[in-house]
Parts: sequence; structure tokens; C-alpha cells
Amino acid sequence: MKLVEHFQYGLSSPICLTWELTYACNLACVHCLSSSGRRDPRELSTQECKAVVDELRRMQVFYVNIGGGEPTVRPDFWELLDYSIDHDVGVKFSTNGIKLDRKRADQLARTDYVDVQISLDGATAEINDQVRGPGSYATAVRALENLAEAGFAQPKISVVMTRQNVDQLDEFAAIAATFGAQLRITRLRPSGRGADVWDELHPLPSQQRQLYDWLVAHGDNVLTGDSFFHLSAYGEALPGLNLCGAGRVVCLIDPVGDVYACPFAIHDQFLAGNVRSPGGFGEVWQNSALFTELRQPQTGGACQSCMHYDSCQGGCMAAKFFTGLPLDGPDPECVRGFGEAALAARDGSIAVPTSQVDHSRPGPRPRVPVTIGMPSLRGSAGGGPAMQPDKACETSPLVGMPGDPSDSRLRVPAAGS
Amino acid sequence: MSTSAAPGPGGAALDPAALDPAAFDPAAFDPAAPFRCSPKVAVRPESFGALVYHFGTRRLSFLKTPELVDVVSGLEHHPSVHAAIEAAGVEQSQRPAYLRALAGLAANGTIEERS
Repeated sequence: MKLVEHFQYGLSSPICLTWELTYACNLACVHCLSSSGRRDPRELSTQECKAVVDELRRMQVFYVNIGGGEPTVRPDFWELLDYSIDHDVGVKFSTNGIKLDRKRADQLARTDYVDVQISLDGATAEINDQVRGPGSYATAVRALENLAEAGFAQPKISVVMTRQNVDQLDEFAAIAATFGAQLRITRLRPSGRGADVWDELHPLPSQQRQLYDWLVAHGDNVLTGDSFFHLSAYGEALPGLNLCGAGRVVCLIDPVGDVYACPFAIHDQFLAGNVRSPGGFGEVWQNSALFTELRQPQTGGACQSCMHYDSCQGGCMAAKFFTGLPLDGPDPECVRGFGEAALAARDGSIAVPTSQVDHSRPGPRPRVPVTIGMPSLRGSAGGGPAMQPDKACETSPLVGMPGDPSDSRLRVPAAGS
Repeated sequence: MSTSAAPGPGGAALDPAALDPAAFDPAAFDPAAPFRCSPKVAVRPESFGALVYHFGTRRLSFLKTPELVDVVSGLEHHPSVHAAIEAAGVEQSQRPAYLRALAGLAANGTIEERS
């Protein structure tokens, strides 16, 4: 059996675990996959977080991807960072840079087993700040400057690809080179607030092709979280795991301890359990009904006869779910156009699922000006419900660590099949 | 494209036969020498074999068969790589593939020569 087939049946522990420490965030990005903003009063305490780290160590989860919200606004963030690293659970954390002053940058440069990922969704302030909010570009750049001055080796610059920034790929690569950073690009997903803007922001079909071609030509040292595996149907498979890892090799622990199948699937339907319940995270990972179900063989459904099924595996579960498409059909961004057809064919009888988990701060949500590309198609799909975003697995189950050419660190040096 | 040919992260293929030969120098790997699993490596048992993580390089590797796990775990108890392969009961026909895999593991620091 090929390794990727073993992955379908799940591993004894996750390879890629995302742990969102808080729903609190200083920003209000329009595409936030966790609809973050306000802290949840039920968030795990410092001691509960340490107990989770202890369990991850026992389960030999070698590193976690820490996010949020903005994880560094938790007062105990640095304490938890040290605790995790001291207990052989390496940390990669995503931040908008708000707390990365020169002193913290120096501290991070002295710390082993920590990787820092700065979010930037435009190569210019104009594009970035439309999505991430006023001043967020300057904050990110300042953090990158601080890390560079402190001698922190190869931070990541993490970009969610949108209709507005696909044309900036070369500029992102140049920015990464300037700061000695590694570029990481991931797919826009219709999760969280991303559902509200997916129609306007998800790359056009021509841009998907542009992105794929760019990755093939320049992607050797670019991380992707294996999130573009649906584009492999264009031809040459992209490096990484071409498989939805949700509940198999990937999962999410949210700030209140809820365990979801993947970071892009914060919805009751993908809620497997809670780390506070008896047996803790290990019990959820190993025995929850949901994860057991996700580890059953998949038939491919409507995609089964497609010649590209082996390379795209039907795409992203969350993308389908949050756009109201059947999970055993094509991805909404299927490169053969079947997703668009499926979206257009939806009638109003099917409600598009929305997450009940929303920590957005009150007030009107900013609209994203469409500056590039075609007018939004929202509402044109036969009067059906507004499309919601999709996306599921941005988190590579094989997340790359510093020095790796790919986000996925899959290496199979073994004999056998 | 079949999954068997799907490249692994970093472009390395899942198929062991496609392990990038340029990634290491086979001449630098001497299977007659005594080896051990690096003390910086943790081995996590899985149904297919094991997942290994190197805390120094932060690299994940996969040992795709239980026999390879036995070989890697047994290295320190044997005077040579060959002896560890023998002790793990690897079939003769499979040994060249195992040596290639072990050379790759030596090149990425998962296993190392011991004095």
C-alpha cells in the first residue's frame, strides 16, 4: 500500500495539528477563517493549555501550528511557547506581527524549535490593507524588519491568494528575499468570514491557471501547505500531499478546546469532541465517531470517473461544505469547471451551511473593493443563496520546518509499498 | 497521474524508487560500518511502519515498512548496517532497496555512524 493510502486511514497521532489559542484579535480580516475578534470567556486556561502540551508530547506530536485569532495577544503566549518547546513540542506560530517588537524578535532568535509566520495578503499596503485592515501592512513589515535585525533565521511570509494579489506573486517573492524569509502561499477558503467575501476574492479560473503555472515555475522554495492540490489536475502534480487530510493527519484544536477535523471546518458537522472531555485529545483523535467516519475509504462520488481524480481527490471538503456543494462531488474551484457548474446548478432549496461559531466584533464588516478582475457573480446563480467560500486543508499534514524547500516535509526513504 | 507517482513534499516522490539520487552521495554511506539512530530523532510507530522526526533538522521522514523500523531501531545492537538488515529478516531481493533507503536516512541525519 502506498503511503498516501495509509494516510487515508488515519495516523496514530496527527502530523499537522493546528491549535488556535484565542479568538481575540487586534485585526478583523475580511476573510478570517475562524471569524475571530473577541476573546471567548471559555478559552482554555494556562494550566489547561499546558496539559494539552503534555498530552501532545505523550502522543509524539512533534510540533504544532499555533494560530488564532492573534495568539500573541494572550498574556501567557510566551509562557506557553516556552513550555511547549521545553516539552519537545516544537511551535510554528502565525501572527500579524503586532507584538513582535525588537525585544521579542531577539528572544525568538535565541529560541530553538520555533518558527514564525507573518501574515501578509498584499505585496503593497493598498492591496493588503483592504483585506487585513488599515495599518496591517506596516505592522507586518515592521515585524519582519525586527526579526531580520535580530537575526531570526528564515521566518515565513504567509499569503492567502486572492483575486487581488495573484498578480503580485513575483513581488511577494521579492519581499521574502528582502527579509531573508520564505514565502508561503495558501488557498482562500470560504470558512468563517471568508464565506462573506469568497465570491469577490477567490481567484478567477484564469488566475488559478496563472497561480499553478507560477508554482510549477517558481515553487521549489515556496511553501503551500499542500493547499492547492486541487490544481494538480492541470497536469503535473504539485509537491506535497494531494489528499484531504482532515481527521486523518490534520485537525484543529480551537481556543475553547473543541476539536475539529481541520482548521477550515469550524462547524458542528466537523466537531469531533473537546479536549476537556474524559480521555482528552487522544480519545477524540483516536476514537471519535467523526474521525472514524472520515477515515473510511472514499468513493469519489460524482468525481469517480474523472481522469484527474487521483491527483485532486475531489478537492477540499470544507470548500465544498461551505459553498453548499455535496462532499462527494467536485471542489467549487475544480479546474475542469465542474465546480462552477455545480454552484450554478444549486437551487434555493439547499441552505448553504454557516458556522455558529463567530467571535467577530460588533459593527459593520468592511466591504472589499474589487479592484481587479471581473464583477462579482454573486446572486447570478439562478437566484440561489450567496456562494460561500470553500477550502479545507491549508494546513499541510507534513508542514515544513525551517530549511525545507516545501511546506510538506514528507520524505519516504523506505523500501516497500 | 497515480498516487504512487505523486511527489511528496519538496518534490520527493512517495515512491521510494524515486528518492532523489542527487540528494546524497552513496559512496559516503558505508553499510559495513556500525550505525545508530540519531539521539535527536524520535520514532513514532504507525500502522505502515513509523514516522520519524529529527529535532535538529525538524525533518519528518517515514519508514514505510515494519522491517525498516526494525532495522533502524536495531542498528545500535549490530556491528554493521548489513548485520542489522540480516537480523530484521529482510529478504535478499529487497536489500538493495533497503540500503538505498538507509543511505537516504544517513544523508538526512536520521541515522549516523557510531564509533
